[in-house]
Amino acid sequence: MSVAQVSAKGEVTVRDLSKSFTLDGETLTVLKNLDLDIAGGESLAIVGASGSGKTTLLRVLAGLEEPDSGGVLIDGAPVHGLGKERAVIFQEPRLLPWLTVLGNVSFGLEVQGISRSEAEDKARHYIRLVGLGEFETAWPRQLSGGMAQRVGIARALTVQPEILLLDEPLGALDAMTKLTMQEELTRIWTEEKVTMALVTHDLEEAIFLADRVLILPREKGAHPRLIDIDLPRPRDRSETRFVRFRQQLMAEFGLH
Amino acid sequence: MTYQLTDTAEQAPSKRIAGIVNTPRLRLFLGNAVADYGLLFAFFAGWQVASSAGWLNPAVFPPLDHVAAALWTGIVSGALLDDIAVSLQRAGITFLAAVGLGIPLGLFMGQIRAVERALDPILQLFRQTSALALYPVFILLLGLGEASKVFVIFWATLFPILLATIGGVKEVDAKLVEMARSFGASRTTIFRRVILPASVPPIFVGLRLSATTALLLLIAAEMIGANKGVGFQVMNAQYNFQIPLMFAAIFLLAFLGLAANRVLVLLQRRLCRWSLTEH
Repeated sequence: MSVAQVSAKGEVTVRDLSKSFTLDGETLTVLKNLDLDIAGGESLAIVGASGSGKTTLLRVLAGLEEPDSGGVLIDGAPVHGLGKERAVIFQEPRLLPWLTVLGNVSFGLEVQGISRSEAEDKARHYIRLVGLGEFETAWPRQLSGGMAQRVGIARALTVQPEILLLDEPLGALDAMTKLTMQEELTRIWTEEKVTMALVTHDLEEAIFLADRVLILPREKGAHPRLIDIDLPRPRDRSETRFVRFRQQLMAEFGLH
Repeated sequence: MTYQLTDTAEQAPSKRIAGIVNTPRLRLFLGNAVADYGLLFAFFAGWQVASSAGWLNPAVFPPLDHVAAALWTGIVSGALLDDIAVSLQRAGITFLAAVGLGIPLGLFMGQIRAVERALDPILQLFRQTSALALYPVFILLLGLGEASKVFVIFWATLFPILLATIGGVKEVDAKLVEMARSFGASRTTIFRRVILPASVPPIFVGLRLSATTALLLLIAAEMIGANKGVGFQVMNAQYNFQIPLMFAAIFLLAFLGLAANRVLVLLQRRLCRWSLTEH
């Protein structure tokens, strides 16, 4: 296995994880007996057809959903519920409209009991990191979609998590902004050395960002496929091997 | 660019003033004033002319200068001031009481689904029951004095505030709550930092509705059974055929309503700068 970086922290282990929901009296199994290992500092993309449970898996990893059985270990220790070592970036920026950019980015730390001045100092650093240094005092309604999502990313980074969980974070952006943001995410991931689990329906995005791509099967309980993306960074979308990975992943979904 | 349009429309008068005031800012100001208040001014001017010329029965619509004179005498002699004070006190106390009960109760009810569900039908029934129709009941219970008047206004003002607050809390974006939760926010933190600020704009809608209702009910209650207050003065002046005084009291009421609304709008601007559209 050619996991690019292995750092001590932020290692995720999923063992025998099952999760089902009850919908109109019927039980809907979403994840069944799933095992997964994410190395510390790795970037893992999670893809799969709709209904394959990719978002549910991410939400269980985040602690927003409790698994029915099995569990999640972080750095070897079992975790239940939410934790400061993980932060979520949602598809929508989910900014609080009554706080400025600075207020939104420091929100996570403030909620965790850090004093406002300390939280804001850290927040300023990450606002600059996502390239919004001049927009500290702007209101969310004044931001474009891409800028708002950057604020959401900065907010998650500010709590300095070991593991960054991204739920289709670029799914709502226009094509151009999306490409820029993919490069931004690569840069941030490299600089921050965090473990990244990214749910996406964009196969190219998965290849561009991930060390490995996890393909969740449609049939529950079947073994998920893992594909190593052993391309050097920065990655070139038009390079032959990149294109070949794209074809391989498309084929997994029966597409050409 | 509305003012440019008005500028062209008002070219003749502005040309005449041009010799005296040629600053573009003043012209802009005048243009805006005409655009905003031109029609209102025309209405008053039309009234004044029609009444003075006898096109309108001056006994029913006295010329505005008579109304203004009656207003002035009423205020200088202190008679109308007394009425204003009494009315403001009645409406003010009840409005504050309704705010003091409605907002906390609404915040509580909006959060706990079972409570909200159990109380909603009865609230809807109470809300739809006209407070004025209940006034006789309140008089039977509390007598013709201050208490029944205050209570009928309280009744009518409580529900808009309460329902707006409940609605505001219920409508808070669940995704924002989940975001806060994902950072480990406790229930109290989520309430304080997400639910409360998100509810402020809808609460203000309720407050403004309530303030209007409070004044409406105030007048009605004062007309039915009071010997002081602006509403009483409207009725009393009409009985005594002091029509200019009657209109003076009516305009005073309109002014109170505008002032109350203005205060609330300013307060809302202060509290919800973030929700304002840019000008």
